Amino acid sequence: MALKRGRGVAAINYPTGMNLGGDPTHALVHSTPTGNFMVSLSSVDLGQGMRQVVAQICAETIGVPVERVIVDAADTDTGPLCMGTFASRGTHRIGNAVIQAAREARQVMLEVAAEALEVDAGDLETDGEGNIQVKGAPARAISITDAALAAHFRQGRAISGRGIFLVPRSYPEAATGAMKPATCYAHACTVAEVEVDDETGEVAVLSLKNVFEVGRAVNPKLVEQQLVGGAWMGMSHALYETTEPYYPSREHGPTDFNMYLMPGPGDVPRIETVVLERPAPDGPYGAKGTGEMCANPHIPAIANAIFDAVGVRIDTLPITPERILRALQERSRRAAA
Amino acid sequence: MPKVAIRFTLNGSEAAEFVESGTTLLGALRDKLGETSVKGGCLQGTCGACSVIIDGALKLSCLTLAESCQDARIETVAALARGGLLHPLQRAFVETFATQCGFCTSGMLMAAKALLDHNATPSREDVIEAISGNICRCTGYEPIIQAILAASRAATSTAA
Ligand code: FES
Ligand code: FES
Repeated sequence: MALKRGRGVAAINYPTGMNLGGDPTHALVHSTPTGNFMVSLSSVDLGQGMRQVVAQICAETIGVPVERVIVDAADTDTGPLCMGTFASRGTHRIGNAVIQAAREARQVMLEVAAEALEVDAGDLETDGEGNIQVKGAPARAISITDAALAAHFRQGRAISGRGIFLVPRSYPEAATGAMKPATCYAHACTVAEVEVDDETGEVAVLSLKNVFEVGRAVNPKLVEQQLVGGAWMGMSHALYETTEPYYPSREHGPTDFNMYLMPGPGDVPRIETVVLERPAPDGPYGAKGTGEMCANPHIPAIANAIFDAVGVRIDTLPITPERILRALQERSRRAAA
Repeated sequence: MPKVAIRFTLNGSEAAEFVESGTTLLGALRDKLGETSVKGGCLQGTCGACSVIIDGALKLSCLTLAESCQDARIETVAALARGGLLHPLQRAFVETFATQCGFCTSGMLMAAKALLDHNATPSREDVIEAISGNICRCTGYEPIIQAILAASRAATSTAA
């Protein structure tokens, strides 16, 4: 009986969003009288950073500092429609809707500034720091605050924009079954190293080395955070998570999330992650969905590493010590027969 | 249910209330004293979200009776920042992105503070041990471990 080491690899293509009955997200952007920009959405931030990413996308498109964008999200009674933050669709769908709304708001903002400065809107640009200026003559400028005040109190114009991003429903072709279930695809590859105790069936994950191709990391720190947390969740799916781990019957099972087993801080392996960016033509500034894929490639990689370590192939998740031991027993029983 | 008087020091100020006998410290802090920086997760001692420091020791406020805290010194995460400046641990949590949904963060910070108060230069294993009673479902723990190690490095390098 011994501790056996193994290494496994897995690569995945991951779709952004899914084929709903039409998949829209609607965004509205408007300026306050002092030139802050409100983004109204009914999309939910679950802690993944959706608000931050939306604020960045809006700020970049309008040409203002990100601190001037306020994201008001997740009142589904009053907000514009969003199908939801799931299927890794958030950044992609919401981001595209926000770009469209922000472009329209920017155009109105430039027209307001043009009237105030008595120039042509086409000759104006933003400096990204809160001013609108004449191209080539930055001294002729108006602050965005003054432009917003002028719009509200002198010109009677609403600096606002509407955006909707719709992925139409895809129907399978009758002859081939071919369809378009998602938009752009992200990619990932993981190499897992494990140590398996062939006496107890316990698996320790030693390292997870990952490469993720995410289109564009709109906020690189948030992407990294999501990928590190996701590696742990992937390991958790592979080895721990089930509502009935070792119990003979349902009555002995857990009754709430307290008894839902996931790895603790002492089980965390060495995690190394490399992010590659190949911008998607249909993504907001090239971004693809990173969400759920952040916990995907680790699962087959760990299953493969266990096979490499002890030679049994477990295809039921989670790969519990019991399943490994039963497989090892079965193998020796067959070898004896 | 008869009410009992409780009195203790909460984050440096005196706090006093009448609570029903058997009220947990978590309940008294959140519902009676408005100290909602303390989070209730499992309410049965398994998640660590409710961790506070009582007389220098890390405790689960959901398993502590309020009336057992007479004259105690209670610290919650709300006491960490001083004069608008984040505590080094809080800064490290921000810088290493050790918080996502934030539900575990109050308890994690208290567990980390209790560790560093007693051991200024913990090893990685010490840190893991110190937070192993606290559940986080978002970060994968690694950023939290890194944050605590970074805060201890920062504190020892400024002390030196
Ligand atoms: S609420 Fe106290 S340990 Fe979970
Ligand atoms: S940050 Fe969400 S539980 Fe820890």
